[in-house]
Amino acid sequence: MQPVISISQLTKTYASGLQALKQVDLDIRRGEIFALLGPNGAGKTTLIGIVCGIVRATSGSVHVDGHDIVRDYRAARALIGLVPQELHTDMFETVWGTVRFSRGLFGRPPDAARLEEVLRALSLWDKRNDRIMALSGGMKRRVLIAKALAHDPQVLFLDEPTAGVDVELRRDMWALVRRLRERGVTVILTTHYIEEAEEMADRIGVINKGELIVVEEKSVLMRKLGRKQLTLHLLEPMQAIPPSLAAWPLTLNAQGSELEYSFDAHEEHAGVPALLRELDRLGIAFKDLQTRQSSLEDIFVSLVSGRR
Amino acid sequence: MNHRGILAIYRFEMARFRRTLWQSLVTPVITTSLYFVVFGGAIGSRISEVDGVAYAAFIVPGLIMLSIFTESLNNASFGIYLPRFTGTIYEVLSAPVSTVEILLGYVGAAATKSVLIGLVILATANLFVSIGVRHPLWMLVFLALTALAFCLFGFILGIWAKGFEQLNFIPMLVVTPLTFLGGAFYSIDMLPAPWNTLSLFNPIVYLISGFRWTFFGTSDVGVHISVAALLVFLLLCVAVVAWVFRTGYRLKS
Ligand SMILES: Nc1ncnc2c1ncn2[C@@H]1O[C@H](COP(=O)(O)OP(=O)(O)OP(=O)(O)O)[C@@H](O)[C@H]1O
Ligand SMILES: [Mg+2]
Repeated sequence: MQPVISISQLTKTYASGLQALKQVDLDIRRGEIFALLGPNGAGKTTLIGIVCGIVRATSGSVHVDGHDIVRDYRAARALIGLVPQELHTDMFETVWGTVRFSRGLFGRPPDAARLEEVLRALSLWDKRNDRIMALSGGMKRRVLIAKALAHDPQVLFLDEPTAGVDVELRRDMWALVRRLRERGVTVILTTHYIEEAEEMADRIGVINKGELIVVEEKSVLMRKLGRKQLTLHLLEPMQAIPPSLAAWPLTLNAQGSELEYSFDAHEEHAGVPALLRELDRLGIAFKDLQTRQSSLEDIFVSLVSGRR
Repeated sequence: MNHRGILAIYRFEMARFRRTLWQSLVTPVITTSLYFVVFGGAIGSRISEVDGVAYAAFIVPGLIMLSIFTESLNNASFGIYLPRFTGTIYEVLSAPVSTVEILLGYVGAAATKSVLIGLVILATANLFVSIGVRHPLWMLVFLALTALAFCLFGFILGIWAKGFEQLNFIPMLVVTPLTFLGGAFYSIDMLPAPWNTLSLFNPIVYLISGFRWTFFGTSDVGVHISVAALLVFLLLCVAVVAWVFRTGYRLKS
């Protein structure tokens, strides 16, 4: 299937000379939730800005549903909704006025029923006649989402939708994203909360210093790069690791009462049973054991720090 | 053509004007009345007639133009500067609207407001002195085109400005003096020798002169020259705006 967004060799150098994107290639699949991760200043907002027409690419090309974003900008942009990272809102407009404006701006015919649906889905219906400046930050964030959804986009960009947002709104937002996906909308989100990507995303891209270092299915990424840790709580503390266990990279923690074995997830079959057999042979007993799969956060930190 | 997009911007801007309707109209009305008291009453009683027109009536077209210049510059520059300043411009830039459509929305709304203010001033002036309009259709054409040209100019200012101070810079420093020296309150024939010739280098002279012609049928310079000057100014502004959008100057990084 043709990707809904196809980015090729995209480069951006700002007027300051700073190279914010370096030859980025990325295809976004239709209907997926794609999480773009990366530290501050990695180039996430720049990438989104180029696709949406706010930032000019230095070189490279972007196609949205086959439409070139420069030559065929109308068709491309009509498909996209954008929720910006910053809370850029009008002040004196009402909530209703601003979503109606957004729908009109994207060339869609007025549809009060559809807008009501959008506002209700975001718990904004009661606030529809309020001026935006009288709303709290979280409410403003909802207004921006409502504006982005007002023209029924096929692709939704959420640039750090949950930054500075309380738990309830965050959960609402996740639910909303899932509902959008059910309707076939493609969602691309950036976030600093890795558990969010872990929870939501189908695929994950990691960008650092303008370079896309990994793009992978979330499950594959976690399997491939995820480390597992086996911790054995020993019955009796030991002073040193016996030489016959040298084949396994073990560490001794908690004054010798915990033995920790860290391994790549896909090697698990080879390592663990043999280790346990060897311990049994040596008469080392343990009262409990734990395994832990490393989180995306661990993966992310190791990826990013590895490139620094 | 995304006509709904144009309409959305236009209505958004008109709603902004409606919220400040009171200030928008009261200021020009009071200013006009003051000009009448000072120029029409105090000075006009000594000058009596210029080119066969009562002085109080003679200054009306100039007064209207003065307001059109400043209102157009202020409204149009603010209209585009504000979303740049607050960041809400992102939405317009990301929407399927062309540069021409964005312009039609913003500049169209600002020009509409200017024309309305011009007409309100005319009505106010009519309370002080009865003014016949010789060529009403031409008067409206002049009014609309002048408003349009200065709104385009204002739009450019709003894109160029880096801060609120700069928004007022050009209107204060350039346009107001040129207007005062442009025959708003006198016929340039009344100026002594070098000045009347020098005045011909002031583009505003042509606009005021042409506008005055639509009222009284008399003018400082030929009407066709005025129309030509107006169109040249208009095209110049259009060209600059086209360049701004093509290069993304100060709109896109
Ligand atoms: N308008 C601009 N002019 C010059 N440099 C810019 C501009 N916008 C962004 N940059 C720089 O480009 C780099 C990438 O910025 P960008 O906003 O894309 O990062 P980001 O990944 O979104 O970061 P964050 O997580 O903090 O939002 C940064 O070094 C930033 O300073
Ligand atoms: Mg960002």
